[in-house]
Amino acid sequence: MDRLYVSTRKGLFTFERKGTGWVIASVDFLGDPVTLTLPTEDALYAALNLGHFGTKLRRRRGAEWEEVAVPVYPEQPQGVDDVKWSLELIWSLEAAGDRLWAGTIPGGLFHSDDAGESWTLVRPLWDREERKQAFGGGYDAPGIHSIAIHPADPKELLLAVSCGGVWRSQDDGAAWELVGDGLVADYMPDGKRDMKAIQDPHRIQRCAAEPDVVWMQHHNGAFRSTDGGVSWSSLEVPPSSFGFAVAAHPTDPKTAWFVPAVKDECRVPVDGKVVVARTRDGGESFEVLREGLPQEHAYDLVFRHALDVDASGETLAFGSTTGSLWMSANGGDSWATVSANLPPIYAVRFG
Amino acid sequence: MAHVDVAPILARHLTVPACEVAGETVAEVLEGLFASHDRLRGYVLDDQGGLRRHIVVFVDGEAVRDLARAVRPTSEVVIMQALSGG
Repeated sequence: MDRLYVSTRKGLFTFERKGTGWVIASVDFLGDPVTLTLPTEDALYAALNLGHFGTKLRRRRGAEWEEVAVPVYPEQPQGVDDVKWSLELIWSLEAAGDRLWAGTIPGGLFHSDDAGESWTLVRPLWDREERKQAFGGGYDAPGIHSIAIHPADPKELLLAVSCGGVWRSQDDGAAWELVGDGLVADYMPDGKRDMKAIQDPHRIQRCAAEPDVVWMQHHNGAFRSTDGGVSWSSLEVPPSSFGFAVAAHPTDPKTAWFVPAVKDECRVPVDGKVVVARTRDGGESFEVLREGLPQEHAYDLVFRHALDVDASGETLAFGSTTGSLWMSANGGDSWATVSANLPPIYAVRFG
Repeated sequence: MAHVDVAPILARHLTVPACEVAGETVAEVLEGLFASHDRLRGYVLDDQGGLRRHIVVFVDGEAVRDLARAVRPTSEVVIMQALSGG
């Protein structure tokens, strides 16, 4: 993987490996907010949030970008819902063979079997009563930000919703199970802390080689599952268990990376030092990696989609709200600043 | 037929030249416009068919949010966006 797509508030920046470094090879949609990208075998997709004009999806197969359809919600029956049935944001986008899955705010999951020309709302999930207990996390309405597809069995899906828990389907989205034993939300009132339907997972990532292993950065800490997301164990991440992003090693189920911040009401790095926490023993212990990262008065926050690891498990990238991009070629042992002057970074993705 | 203009800022994303569109209400004029510019619908309306929060339609110089508002054959209709951002 010699390409990195960096989605920012003011455009899409494509980095390519050149010698031992990474350089910007192209800039697309300069000036427009790009929420995330999805590289597939035959296309690159970019989700844009144009503000006044709504969320759009663009696809590039050759040299040119073209606009394809976005998920559109069906007509809303009167009085059924506090949430307006209208697309706010494409918050996750994944591919399983020829099928695309899109997770959205306000909480609907959609799929497309024609490369984004049309989308279908997954009603069995949308119509679940538990959805009405969910609430927004950083946005007015809840949203699906993580879609973890089982690589060997693409009919098995695991979703994470802020703030609406973790959902599993084993039949391509026909039936859904609210999972998440062991998740705790200490910020909730008594009696609601372990309620599955209101948990706020910030991000989940599956180990590609051992897909039953799933890592989670939660609003209230870090967790790991070894049974495909059904039950979770709490992890203590230094210097703080709060954060948004997590990356799972593609082949080693005991290795993952987190980027901690102080806590929910103070979303900056601990002591102004940007660090990455890495475990190699399944979350029993962590190393705090800081070589090459700013260690003085750094206030970079890393959003949930802004950390990625490539298929080798050795090359990592993360980007911050203050437009810094760092990469590591050695599993996080040391880092290089690729840029300190990008627009605020929403997502990074190897492809 | 009403004369319809679309704000130039939209031209960054879609090509919609000024045109004449039949219709007795704002909704009918918009539908007529979308018939020849399919992608424009999602830029102007939300999923429930209402005007996007930051989109304004002017009919003969008056800002309109009620899509049932009448349009005359001689009306000038302008679709534009509110200003915001940073």
